[in-house]
Amino acid sequence: MEGQQGINNPKTVQALILTGFGINCEEEFAAAYRLAGAEATIVHLNEVMHGHVSIHDYDILNFPGGFSFGDDLGSGVVLANKLRHRKNAAGRTLLDDIKQFIANGKFVMGICNGFQVLVKLGLLPNLSGNVTPEVTLTHNASGRYEDRWVRLKVNPKSNSPFLKGIDSMEVPVRHGEGRLIIKGEETLAEIEARGLNCLAYTDYDGSPTDVYPHNPNGADLNCAGLTDTTGQVFGLMPHPEAFLSLYNHPDWARRKRQNPGLSEEGDGLKLFRNIVEHVHSQRATAATQQEAHQFSS
Amino acid sequence: MDSTQRTIQLLLKPGQHDGEGQRVAEAASRHLGLTTGRVQSTALYTVRYPVSDTQLRDFATHCLQDPVLHDVALDEFRHGAEYKSYILVAKLPGVTDDEGISAQNALGDFLNEPLDTHTQHIFSKRLYFLEHELPESSLRRLAEDLLGNKMINRFEVGPIAQIRDYTPRPGGGAESITDTVRLVGLSDEELVKLSKDNLYALNLEEMRAVRDHYTSIADERQAAGLPQDPTDCELEIVAQTWSEHCKHKEFSAVIKYRDADTGEEFEVDSLFKTYIKNATSEVDRQLRANGNDWLIKVFSDNAGAVRINPESLFVWKVETHNSPSAIDPYGGAITGILGNNRDPLATGIGGAKLLFNTNVLCFGNPEFNGTLLSNQLHPRRIFEGVRKGIEDGGNKSGVPTVNGAIVFDDRYAGKPLVYCGTGAVMPMQLAGLDSWEKKIDAHDRIIMAGGRVGKDGIHGATFSSIELDETSPATAVQIGSPITQKLAMDFLILATRRGLIKCSTDNGAGGLSSSIGELATISGGAVVELEKVPLKYPGLRPWEIFVSESQERFSLAVEPSKMAELLALGQEMEVELTDIGYFTSDGYLDVRFDGAPVAHLDMHFLHDGVPRKVLEAEWTKPTAQEPALPADLDYTDVLSRLLGSLNICSRESVIRQYDHEVKGRTIIKPLMGATGQAPQDAAVVRFNFESWEGVAVSNGILPRFGDLDAYDMSAGAFDEAVRQIVAVGGKLPNLSYGDGNFWSVNDNFCVPDSVYDPTTNPDGKHKLAKLVRMCQALRDATAAYCIPLTSGKDSMKNDFKADGVKISVPPTVLYSMTAKIEDVRRTITSDFKQADDVVYLLGETYDELGGSEFYQLFGELGANVPKVRFEEAKSLYTLMGQANDQGLIQSCHDLSDGGLAVALAEATFGYDFGAEVELPVGLPVPVQLFSESHSRFVATVAPEDVLAFEQHFGTRATRLGVVTQNQQLTVRHNGQTVISASTAALRHEWTNGPVNRIIGFGQHAEAQ
Repeated sequence: MEGQQGINNPKTVQALILTGFGINCEEEFAAAYRLAGAEATIVHLNEVMHGHVSIHDYDILNFPGGFSFGDDLGSGVVLANKLRHRKNAAGRTLLDDIKQFIANGKFVMGICNGFQVLVKLGLLPNLSGNVTPEVTLTHNASGRYEDRWVRLKVNPKSNSPFLKGIDSMEVPVRHGEGRLIIKGEETLAEIEARGLNCLAYTDYDGSPTDVYPHNPNGADLNCAGLTDTTGQVFGLMPHPEAFLSLYNHPDWARRKRQNPGLSEEGDGLKLFRNIVEHVHSQRATAATQQEAHQFSS
Repeated sequence: MDSTQRTIQLLLKPGQHDGEGQRVAEAASRHLGLTTGRVQSTALYTVRYPVSDTQLRDFATHCLQDPVLHDVALDEFRHGAEYKSYILVAKLPGVTDDEGISAQNALGDFLNEPLDTHTQHIFSKRLYFLEHELPESSLRRLAEDLLGNKMINRFEVGPIAQIRDYTPRPGGGAESITDTVRLVGLSDEELVKLSKDNLYALNLEEMRAVRDHYTSIADERQAAGLPQDPTDCELEIVAQTWSEHCKHKEFSAVIKYRDADTGEEFEVDSLFKTYIKNATSEVDRQLRANGNDWLIKVFSDNAGAVRINPESLFVWKVETHNSPSAIDPYGGAITGILGNNRDPLATGIGGAKLLFNTNVLCFGNPEFNGTLLSNQLHPRRIFEGVRKGIEDGGNKSGVPTVNGAIVFDDRYAGKPLVYCGTGAVMPMQLAGLDSWEKKIDAHDRIIMAGGRVGKDGIHGATFSSIELDETSPATAVQIGSPITQKLAMDFLILATRRGLIKCSTDNGAGGLSSSIGELATISGGAVVELEKVPLKYPGLRPWEIFVSESQERFSLAVEPSKMAELLALGQEMEVELTDIGYFTSDGYLDVRFDGAPVAHLDMHFLHDGVPRKVLEAEWTKPTAQEPALPADLDYTDVLSRLLGSLNICSRESVIRQYDHEVKGRTIIKPLMGATGQAPQDAAVVRFNFESWEGVAVSNGILPRFGDLDAYDMSAGAFDEAVRQIVAVGGKLPNLSYGDGNFWSVNDNFCVPDSVYDPTTNPDGKHKLAKLVRMCQALRDATAAYCIPLTSGKDSMKNDFKADGVKISVPPTVLYSMTAKIEDVRRTITSDFKQADDVVYLLGETYDELGGSEFYQLFGELGANVPKVRFEEAKSLYTLMGQANDQGLIQSCHDLSDGGLAVALAEATFGYDFGAEVELPVGLPVPVQLFSESHSRFVATVAPEDVLAFEQHFGTRATRLGVVTQNQQLTVRHNGQTVISASTAALRHEWTNGPVNRIIGFGQHAEAQ
């Protein structure tokens, strides 16, 4: 909450990170963006709901992990509900604003509970385009919450700028309800065909697997993350924001012994660098186009 | 079905896996021997709010139903035709129902209108269907043992054709009645009976002191228009304030100590003052003399505080929550965690940011298969409930549980010990003021923030100060709501940084009575207007409102000019704030309800009027002897059995259900290495993302050594915690001028009733002597290492009595330590890093197998309890800090349970290395392998550093051998191979030990 200073430098990429009501990974989320060169602003959800902060002033809207509203009705359900139904003074829901935000070419990221919110809201995978839930995330097959490190493989078919140039990564999962269930063969086939299942749990050899504990929850398609069809909306169960430094990894000490020159950056940071660079280049392109437009007029 | 009451049922769609139902069926068969057939689990929401049929259906389908998973049934209990029996699990009136409240929130959002939050409109329940037709007694047993707890749940069971619903109706007519209690003229017997009947937990002398006080102020009270006898509320306040839990009467008592063996006698004028407070003052003097002035606040607030750097403070508190955990393990543990979180949160001005949790648990044998006493819960059930409470309490608050310990001993089967610790960081300055100071002036407003007040937790403070028996009250049980507390925590952080709060304290044991009673000592009095306190439901008497321990509440002192801004922030963040009175300086705690007096107490009498106890202690050394074990032991087999034993085996199934890395700052987690299965000694957490400064966290607890000598047990536990921090690269404090290397320690004593009584507690003097010796060791240890205590707690009546049997915990002390780490990147983990690294033993082994896990395998205790040699230990720890500065140590694991052999095995678990080790000549092989002598480590060193390492450590290091690539642990002695084991096999034994078996590690495949 101390990050609540508003935007300092509009030229830097702006990440808005929501918090409050049981969200609890906002600080490392903000740290990730700052390390990636963006400006990160943490705001309480009610500041957005009450219209004190506009998401449209930002480039990337972020839903962190945690237990929003205690997850008592199923993870992410109450928050998704609030975004869909609660209207502000002007009669708009926050979901109305988020749809507009995406239509404007901006980016939305959800991690863990944030991913659950995007799924329960229907923003992921949103094959139909009308934001209704098509898949769900539910109790792990093991029936238990678990904190353990997993390996992920990036689906080469994914078009999402978040994942550009990444083949695989190690990250921790920390959830009890991360098992993706896809309703119906058609939905499943379409998700696969369009490469929306952007991340898969893999074994030590890098092959997608349904074997516990490599696949910690028994997800359909061994899927750890999804994007929407535009690639602008991205959500995943594991926590890339928990692997910003080498020293987060359980095997850091041995790896450093083996390779003293090892980078001190964690795998997770790459995702954030990707999206920040992407927004930068988008802006540069837009500026060039605008310039070109000025010349031609 | 009640016509104003609607029901929504969620059922899994056909084909969706019902994991919960399956687990219930499996557990019924495994733990209770009941064959249920298939079990179907469903969720019920009872809506007691006017909604139309369409609204009900739309709410159910849009807000509660997961369209992929669930079918919805409205106003019916739908089930498959194959089911014959049902079990309904509802909550008793007034029990926290977070799920119901969440549904209520969702309904408000859905209807887009604010719901009256003073009433519970939605109640959550579970309804289970069982394929087999079971008799009601079996269904009830299944319900009580597996699905809930009769202290907090209401169960309905029976044949499926006759489903009975139950929805709690809390409250029942407000009664703002304040009674007086006749004291003047009561006989001694009547005073004792009054105390017992009302659960005051005051002894005769204390009751007399209260009576005499009221006799002496009769005129004064009459003149003020007050009744001569105390009001019910006044007596409750006195009982709570004078409770052992709050006043630590035994730690403040005069103790006459006698050593029966030597005849030596002395008198201790307060254990706390003599061995804890004075010892810390002496440490502080030495620290300051050497330019180390980081000790900021000790013993005088909710948590102790030390300075990290010029900008920030580290705040650290560990407490126990034993009695509630014995009755309701889940509720007891979650309340323990959340309550302990509130201590650092409400230190000084308040608003510290929580950094980590740690917890230490002591249970009876979870595989106990004897007969339980009345109201005694099975140790396995206590274990599972406590574990779940810690999971929810930590995970849902977003606080990583970075390490801990579980100790098993049959004597914890009555009362378990549940220690919860929390570290936090606070800015040195908040809105320009010293953050650690508590300042209050007359006229400052008293604000209650957070949850509401109900009948839960009434008498918690007094109840935890007595032994448990069959009649222990249900109202003492509370369930925490992590989400409510998280909201209050977020609010507190922001409000303190904006300078809106003058100081804060938590409402824990004793509720408002305790929090306001204590804050009022700062200004010199307070007026409380109880009618303003928001209630969960009507029907509480004024005294109940004042002493209720309903959770997630803080009391704040706020300047009148800041009120408007504070209330606006509370509204924005949806945290309920209520102005319930103001501070005064007239020397009285003045409690009113609608203007009528409820309590009017002289603060001096309240806080200083408790009579001092005089207790007797007598020490006799227990007779003990070393056992004769077979000479031809197979040490490979012994090692294997040790690794699979209850106190040594892997805790992975427990650890992984705690989030140990939320916040992204945990550097050394409980399990590390490529396998994620190498156990570590201390946790290391960095403070933020901008610097590499961090803190190491450890716990030392060794109750079984206390059976031989309580002094050595306490000294050993202290050393264990110190050496765990040294193992990860922590340095002792005060080694050089102004090194700023803070240490902060919490001591937590949990002992059985140690007050002598010829009939009820004949060995009370001996138990008290053990406590004195534990304290003496503590004093010696703090002095030797120059490590200060900053806070602590004592729990004095850890006995469980039922059916004429008493189960008492062994005298137990936990030392929970934290120390500054300058650069977390230079810390050391316990696992071997590379083949050909050279393995050393640091420190000296003695013939000290007494109380060891090795002897335990053979059912023996032995006699030679390990002793701490403080001077030698300190010099070794100092050498280690220097060696680490030079980067000479690649891995380091402290030696504890199971000695050298177990430490060597564990160090291979991170990457399936092996080791070839040659034991030196000298001590017998079993002593070298399994002695638990203190202050020792296994360390590895890169071949190129061997020379420098050996020069640095001299005789303190014994070269044992090398790390190998071949997954084989070989130990030789005198040319003989004494251990030869596959490290994979050893890891398998350790991983598949009783803890992971009981907590059901890795059932993924079965659940498919």
